Amino acid sequence: MSITQSTDTAGTKQDHVRRRDRNGTMAATSVLYAVLIALAIVYIFPFLVQVATSFKSETEAAQSPVSLVPQVWTTAAYRGLFAHSDFPVWFKNSAIVTVCVTLGRVFFDSLAGYALARLHFRGRGVIYAGLIAVMSVPGVVLLIPKFLVLNQVGIYDSYTGMIVPLLTDAAGVFIMKNFFESVPISVEEQARIDGAGTFRVFWSIVLPMSRPALMTIIILSFQGSWNELSHFIVSTQSPALTTLTKGVASLASGQLGGPTQYPLKLAAAALMTVPVAVMFFIFQRRIMNTTEGAVKG
Amino acid sequence: MSANAVRSRSGIHGHETASGWLFTGPVLFLLGLFLVIPVLMALWVSFSDWGGRGSPFSAGVHFIGFDNYSKLLAGGGLAEQDFGTSLRNNAWYVVLVVPLQTALSLFLAVLVNRAVLRGRGFFRTAFYFPSVTSSVAITVLWLFLFSSTGSVNKLLSYIGITGPNWFNEPSGILHDLLGVFGVQNGPAFLTGGTFLGISWWDWLAGPSVAMSAYIIMGIFTTSGTFMLLFIAALQNLDRDVTEAAMVDGANGWQRFWQVTLPQLRPTLFTVLTLGLIGCWQVFDQIYTGTQGAPDKTTLTPAYLSYQAAFQDQGWGQGAAIAFILFVIIVFFTLFQRWVLRERKVSRRKMRPYLSVGTGSSGVPAGAAAAGQPPTPDGERQ
Repeated sequence: MSITQSTDTAGTKQDHVRRRDRNGTMAATSVLYAVLIALAIVYIFPFLVQVATSFKSETEAAQSPVSLVPQVWTTAAYRGLFAHSDFPVWFKNSAIVTVCVTLGRVFFDSLAGYALARLHFRGRGVIYAGLIAVMSVPGVVLLIPKFLVLNQVGIYDSYTGMIVPLLTDAAGVFIMKNFFESVPISVEEQARIDGAGTFRVFWSIVLPMSRPALMTIIILSFQGSWNELSHFIVSTQSPALTTLTKGVASLASGQLGGPTQYPLKLAAAALMTVPVAVMFFIFQRRIMNTTEGAVKG
Repeated sequence: MSANAVRSRSGIHGHETASGWLFTGPVLFLLGLFLVIPVLMALWVSFSDWGGRGSPFSAGVHFIGFDNYSKLLAGGGLAEQDFGTSLRNNAWYVVLVVPLQTALSLFLAVLVNRAVLRGRGFFRTAFYFPSVTSSVAITVLWLFLFSSTGSVNKLLSYIGITGPNWFNEPSGILHDLLGVFGVQNGPAFLTGGTFLGISWWDWLAGPSVAMSAYIIMGIFTTSGTFMLLFIAALQNLDRDVTEAAMVDGANGWQRFWQVTLPQLRPTLFTVLTLGLIGCWQVFDQIYTGTQGAPDKTTLTPAYLSYQAAFQDQGWGQGAAIAFILFVIIVFFTLFQRWVLRERKVSRRKMRPYLSVGTGSSGVPAGAAAAGQPPTPDGERQ
């Protein structure tokens, strides 16, 4: 409580200060914006080059790699991509995995997060400590181990093997746990007094209330599984199960042979960025604000 | 509040034990099966001579002690040399990326935080966008930008510089720099001694030109994420302290170093720790791009581990590399923590001046929103 109050008053004071600052130093402000704009160009320019080059011919891409407007517009790269590679298959696989993983994480992470935040049961402390330990294992160390287990269990090179190991993540459990702890408990207690069971309370009262945190999980899982590469390298080998990341990586290392094919590769990279970019622009307020909104907890 | 809750519901505790385990069950099962058991299995493999055929637990597989490890650390052969090379490459990557991305993300955060509200949103989006795209897509883009006829060399040619053929140039940039001054060979005390099969002179070569392109990419892609953490912390700062400093006549530069930065310390350490952990795990970029070439100067331990196991069927050795990498990461994480703990003394001295939670309360949530797992550090604070 006191935190929000103090930031409020501090905010208005700070506005005064800033206004005084601004009037005083117009020059400083211009420099600030000049630097910001220059940096923004550095950050955005590569993506513009990417899109522009994907519409250029092979020779033009090599001759004028900086121009943002192709002299001759051509969709040859995109046509080549769909004609000579399994791009649609890769896209489909990535979509399947991403949807399943996102749904799974929303459900399992919130279930476990709720239990850790609200339920009082023997072993909770151990589980909590275990999750922290598990989170500290770097993902790259798991490359070989995951393959060993997938092979042993017999789900190597199958959708099951691609999806199930990703269905839950310790970090998501922590996000949900932190969220549930910041929500007042009174509503749930009322429902409990009315005789609702634990799962009932969770499913029809807690989950609908937790939209902000669930959105965070959805965004993170979507982005995480769409961009995941190493897990698919060690869990699949057949071309029919190749995902976008794995497929485009194989394009990059020149599997198609022939000349450099930069327009085609960049077209593939641009197309695979579209879903996350759309997701990002739809939810960007959400993504950016979670950092601010969460502070008040 | 929680104490009350416990007391008021103590009657239904038995009920909650069952649902507690039921609720956490799926997560425990999945993490156990695909995280804990795999690690234990790989630990066994790293001590065995398993060749990739059949089960690693079958009768034909033998326990060979620390053989796999000693080959890497003291074998004197190619395995040791490759491992040393990969450590050298990745160490330079860490040494350059971690400080630069931290400084840049803090710089971006301070700038963005000073912009008016509308502009703030735009710049935040621009700087954060590279962080949401996949490392594969960015690597493909980078291969084009830094190719011999790519955009970067074109831009360099405008100012009269002939750019290198970035991803095919194995020379270390520090050696190149010394070469400009006519130093071609190192002094005998550096070229004579070796560590992990690499001469000291080669350890000091700096990242290769090819690796430098990856370093720029690393900074480009992660600075946005960490910028968000810093922005969250900046907005959570106590304005009164800044204002007091202003009244005392401190200028902007002094205020930043003396007032703002000390308050950002918890976030700074979170960013450094996350950066360090991430930077030791370079894999996707190498797999997509150069695959260790040119001349093994972009080989990283993570990629070497994959290569040893999946391509050369040296599973024991691959697993051993992974565990050594694990130890390295744990060591540096603990080291960071230790540094963090040291600084807490001075934070206590600052406490009377900090009425707001020093910004650290925002760190776990901020980390989560920015796509990074909240660290145990963040949890603790």
